[in-house]
Amino acid sequence: MRNASAPARRGLVYRMVLAPYSVWAFLFILVPLIFVAYYAFTDQNFNFTLDNITRFFTATSTVNDGAVTREIHTYLVIFVRSLKLAVISTAICLIMGYPMAYIISRASQRTQNVLITLIMIPMWMNFLIRTYAWMTILQDTGILNGLLARIGLGPVHIIGTEAAVIIGMVYDYFPYMILPIYSVMAKMDVKLLEAARDLGCNSAGVLRRVIWPLSLPGVISGVIMVLIPSISTFYISQKLGNGKFYLIGDAIEGQYAANNLHFAAAIAFILMVILLVCMALMQRGANKKAMVM
Amino acid sequence: MKTSSKIYTALIMLFLFAPIAILLVFSFNESKSLSVFSKFSLYWYKELIRDSETLNAVKNTLLLAFCAAAISTVMGTAAAVGMNKLRNRYVRAVMDTATNIPMINPEIITGISLMLMFVFVGRLFGAATSLSFWTMLIAHVTFCLPYVILQVLPKLQQMDKSLPEAAMDLGCTPVRAFFKVEIPEIMPGIVTGLIMAFTLSLDDFVISYFTAGNGFQTLPIRIFNMTKKTVTPKMYALATITFFVILALLLISNLSDGETYRQMKLAKQKKKAKS
Amino acid sequence: MKKFLSILLAAAMLCCLSVSLAGCGSSDTLILNVYNWGEYISDGSEGSFDTIHAFESWYEETYGHKLKVNYDTYASNEDMYNKISSGAVSYDVIVPSDYMIARMADEGMLLPLNFDNIPNYQYIEDSFRGLYYDPDDQYSVPYTYGVVGIIYNANAVDKADIGGWDLMWNDKYAGQILQFNNSRDAFATAQYKLGLDVNDTDKSSWDAALTELKTQAPLVKSYVMDEVYNMMESGEAAVAAYYVGDYFTMVDAQAESVDLQCFVPEVTNYFVDAMCIPSCCQNKELAEIFINYMLSAEPAIANAEYIYYASPNSLVYNDAGYQEELGEEAMAILYPEIGDFSQYYNKYAFRNLDSETLDYLNSLWEALKIS
Repeated sequence: MRNASAPARRGLVYRMVLAPYSVWAFLFILVPLIFVAYYAFTDQNFNFTLDNITRFFTATSTVNDGAVTREIHTYLVIFVRSLKLAVISTAICLIMGYPMAYIISRASQRTQNVLITLIMIPMWMNFLIRTYAWMTILQDTGILNGLLARIGLGPVHIIGTEAAVIIGMVYDYFPYMILPIYSVMAKMDVKLLEAARDLGCNSAGVLRRVIWPLSLPGVISGVIMVLIPSISTFYISQKLGNGKFYLIGDAIEGQYAANNLHFAAAIAFILMVILLVCMALMQRGANKKAMVM
Repeated sequence: MKTSSKIYTALIMLFLFAPIAILLVFSFNESKSLSVFSKFSLYWYKELIRDSETLNAVKNTLLLAFCAAAISTVMGTAAAVGMNKLRNRYVRAVMDTATNIPMINPEIITGISLMLMFVFVGRLFGAATSLSFWTMLIAHVTFCLPYVILQVLPKLQQMDKSLPEAAMDLGCTPVRAFFKVEIPEIMPGIVTGLIMAFTLSLDDFVISYFTAGNGFQTLPIRIFNMTKKTVTPKMYALATITFFVILALLLISNLSDGETYRQMKLAKQKKKAKS
Repeated sequence: MKKFLSILLAAAMLCCLSVSLAGCGSSDTLILNVYNWGEYISDGSEGSFDTIHAFESWYEETYGHKLKVNYDTYASNEDMYNKISSGAVSYDVIVPSDYMIARMADEGMLLPLNFDNIPNYQYIEDSFRGLYYDPDDQYSVPYTYGVVGIIYNANAVDKADIGGWDLMWNDKYAGQILQFNNSRDAFATAQYKLGLDVNDTDKSSWDAALTELKTQAPLVKSYVMDEVYNMMESGEAAVAAYYVGDYFTMVDAQAESVDLQCFVPEVTNYFVDAMCIPSCCQNKELAEIFINYMLSAEPAIANAEYIYYASPNSLVYNDAGYQEELGEEAMAILYPEIGDFSQYYNKYAFRNLDSETLDYLNSLWEALKIS
């Protein structure tokens, strides 16, 4: 008797635990989204219009490239630029973070706790102040160049370059890459790795055939948590990019400051649609891969 | 740890703590600059202790971060458990998408759209001012939730599905099986989710600004609003103090952890000796 | 880890509780909600006068009623405007800048003041009355004013090159020039240089300014706002246009190898930030009493010394102690001789641009930033 009804009861329990979040997501994620859409599809007088949307795709600006003058699609160029920086930062986060997560997950329980806390501590200092500190380090007359000069190197010009913006992004999102990978790796069965070795896998083989596939859910979480927010960031590009890197976050901020909330909402709306489609494709790809394995 | 691991860890820590070291050094600076060190002084620490507004903002920030982290962790964990069991592909896709939205939306848009909604609802109920601590808390829980869910979901996917089934076959109720078997399995995910939620809430400015009511300012709001003039070095002093407080707590918890570990070992040895 | 978290949690809860218990007030206290720029009032730090607490105790002594001031801050006119106009919060006193006052008054968001409650308004100089944003002096009481000047490192810049906006376009200082990272202020530097009207609704005038900014772009080290402090103090950059009052903060912290100086070009932007009462105000009389208090000698002088911007209050700049505190040189920079202030101001100051021009300006700004 009991066995027969258990699965049905379990299904009910799972639906019940999902209920609070469903209600919350509806009230505080989807309803505000309707406000965003409403602003995106209306003009200053709240009449329906598609102008904001078409403007994103059609607006052009004239750019002088040396002697040549070209017309470019303003927001498309800005979007591609933001995407590029975000992808590079995410890749660096992954490359730097993956070994770190592995090292942490293989350490003793106590060391694990200490290391994880240490990785989070910098994020508890205020964001603005952290960014100021990076400026002090990376400036032409900054700490880094001071140290380099002492050992007879440099000076290097970093601040105001793409590299500076990427350093800032990597710094701010790094923990969000490490943590999910670590928490998946921490529960990985050590016996599996040993078995693979016993079966003649070398280290690279173990990594490629055992560790990497098993850690994939964590990697996907980490990539999403770094890539998505870094596309729409605006502060880092202003401070570390010397105000010369105009990203999609800056564009939204600029529209807001210019009292054009409707177009700001439209940019955000388009950004969201593009990213959601990309993520859906990514997730589908990941699911397929998971099934093959 | 191997030497190469140690070196790598040290390099990563250097990267993470270089800016913190700068703050630490410049909090002892006599002048207001963050790029020119003039003279050692404890002046800004004295100023910080006297600044009741900032201390009040710290209190507000901590209160908000703890509440937001606790609520979003509980709700997010439950949501992840439920989502993991969803069989219908379309429902699952909808839930995934809803989870991703708060992360994609630029903060300024999330902040303003939440503010507009709160005002709209407030007007429906005839409230004069619709923002308060509670609206801010709702906003913080909302943007923390996806991070918790994304932490817990992979752990659930990784978990051996037969574990809870086995527990139930052995006579556990589903609820008991969940708490006794599943929760310990996904605990690392929950803890890191909690830490992330806390961190995000602690440092948010834009969304907080638009959802804060009268007379409730958090530290990030206070600091960002200083940028018309210059941010006072009091804040560097505050960062330094925060750093050392956390470090001290970490040390204490580790020492006591070590102590319990030792005692457990001793107890085990005694048991062995007895048998 | 669990243990660490629980210790952390306990510690924080304890500190929250202790502070909140100490901060309990009785329910019959009056509440005044003030909304001002960050770091824009003397707050008792660095041994200065604690304006808000002084007002609270002064009010209790004078009127025999307990008063609590909720003092909140904002970082830009637009932030403040969006929050107030949404109706989400209610403040009794706000301090917008000139063009924002014009806009808010236009949209009916400000209440006319009852000057019977603000007798200290008599100390506001005549030249600060009837300014364009409030021609009939109904809505606003000036709090501070200031001017955009050019700050330069005298050890890196030739004396011969200073004097005008040309310095910002001088290719001798390529890679050492800082420009505003906000469209209106940045375009204004070009417009003043070219002798154009900063409030022009004619697009070609803005196009000309854009061309000028594009010529400047290769010389610009960075587009800055608050980063200007660190960059000028350390000698990282040599020339920057910024608000003159903030120059003194930079001088206080400059490196030994840096000698910061400042001058105000002949034609430049003056701004006025003024106290107003928004229409969401809950207690107008109390708000007026607060505004009046802010104009009295002690708080007004303390604020002027703290903020380092010029004060339109005659009690302040005629005060011997204040003049001594600032020194002759600073007084000369903060209060330059420009003849009739209101005439100059009404001619060159920023006005509220209509949304079409603002939108055009923003698209030009984007064009500058992505090229």
